[in-house]
Amino acid sequence: MQRHFDDELRELKQKLLRMGALVENQVRQALMSLIERDETVAQEVIANDRQVNTLDVEVDETCLELLALFQPAARDLRFVTTAMKISTELERISDLAENICERAIELNQEPQLKPYIDIPLMAEHATKMVGEAIDAFVRGDSMLARRVLKDDDHVDALNEQIFRELLSFMIENPQTISRAIRLSFISKYLERIADHATNIAELVVYMVEGKIIRHTIPA
Amino acid sequence: MDTIKHVTNPLSSCPKTEERKTLTLVVQKLDKDLKPTAIQDPIIMPHTLSEQPAKILVENMNFNYGAVRALKNVNMKISAHKVTAFIGPSGCGKSTFLRCFNRLNDLVDGTKVEGRILLDGQDIYSPGVDVTDLRTKVGMVFQKVNPFPKSIYQNVAYGPQLQKVRKGDRLDEIVEKSLRGAGLWEEVKDRLHESALGLSGGQQQRLCIARALAVNPEVLLMDEPCSALDPISTGRIEELLHTLKEQLTVVIVTHNMQQAARVSDYTGFFLLGELIEYDDTKKIFTNPTDRRTEDYVTGRFG
Repeated sequence: MQRHFDDELRELKQKLLRMGALVENQVRQALMSLIERDETVAQEVIANDRQVNTLDVEVDETCLELLALFQPAARDLRFVTTAMKISTELERISDLAENICERAIELNQEPQLKPYIDIPLMAEHATKMVGEAIDAFVRGDSMLARRVLKDDDHVDALNEQIFRELLSFMIENPQTISRAIRLSFISKYLERIADHATNIAELVVYMVEGKIIRHTIPA
Repeated sequence: MDTIKHVTNPLSSCPKTEERKTLTLVVQKLDKDLKPTAIQDPIIMPHTLSEQPAKILVENMNFNYGAVRALKNVNMKISAHKVTAFIGPSGCGKSTFLRCFNRLNDLVDGTKVEGRILLDGQDIYSPGVDVTDLRTKVGMVFQKVNPFPKSIYQNVAYGPQLQKVRKGDRLDEIVEKSLRGAGLWEEVKDRLHESALGLSGGQQQRLCIARALAVNPEVLLMDEPCSALDPISTGRIEELLHTLKEQLTVVIVTHNMQQAARVSDYTGFFLLGELIEYDDTKKIFTNPTDRRTEDYVTGRFG
């Protein structure tokens, strides 16, 4: 049966997709601003955050409206509530991308501390996770979502490694401390981004399978 | 030969390929629906129900209206002091099923019941059963409000009087208790001897509930009790169900899925005479197992 409600759901999905694409791009650009030491890109990312915030509010409003007017059940209910939560996760990722850019701008005031190797690697992982989590949502693919969950371990390991490396820099030469701390912040932001991607993936598993897997020991 | 084919095969008379395709699909679907159902597990029930005492136990029940089989091999356990809701599209057999619980279908010619329905372990279709006695234990409230054209008091007192409760204090007490139980007492206590027909629709329905409660039933069957009522009266009756289930077991048929979701502990979904899924209401409305249940509760059905 054709339902008007389906059009509304499609629109909601489109909105989230737009948001997802924006956010994914923000993370990519944030890293570029760091590696290329490009302040213009950084400013652009920061400016884009407003767009994401607007979409976040719009998604929330749409979801509340759908809940109130259509009283969805089962699959539809899970979709709408998941959309609401995913929008929050995306908004947080966008904030973190903004934070990376702020640190990148600060780092530009001083010479580069070291060639960046692990941070881009980590960023690549995190961006891939965000992209795949959004893909999993769009396609309703819980297998893909579960794969995203596994990737989080790599990012955590890299974060740990970067921390140790930066620590040794700081011990050897106190002049590096302000840069090392900023870089360690960036590493932490990337780790948080991966965590948000994980949250999205867990939400997708709930949306598709109706199973709440967060806060459980990985299956 | 050609002419015969033309007559017997509805598809061959359909010239346009598009329509033909649709028709083929419909015929295939009908074929699938009409296939005899496999023997199901003896009792389908929500896993949280297994521990609870059964008020009604239905075993391998079939129900026929003449040659038409309205219910096919239904197995179900209805738990005491819970509200159980039946949902499903029109004609799926849910009302028929409900009416089996107090043998109201006995009054319809050409019906036949197979299998067993146990009320507290006693088969209600066994020969020795006193149907009047059964209907005292298993009360019913209908879609269309049906108070007697008598006073409010007489409506409620009617059942107890039939049970030989004489006039006086005892009867007054029963009337007040029943009206309170139905959440109507405060509204009618000063006009008990006025005609019941002067009450609003919602009040009349609650009067019918009070009338059913007056004979102290163990089970209350409700067949779409709110479908003719406004949202406020509906809300009152739904609230009532939460308190009523402390004293008795409620089984309710409703077309309003949100109502089933709000009031019931367990929900059974019927389709074409089969019990498709029976589970915790929460599960049915958030994550049903069967695709057909999912399609129905999300409004995709049809």
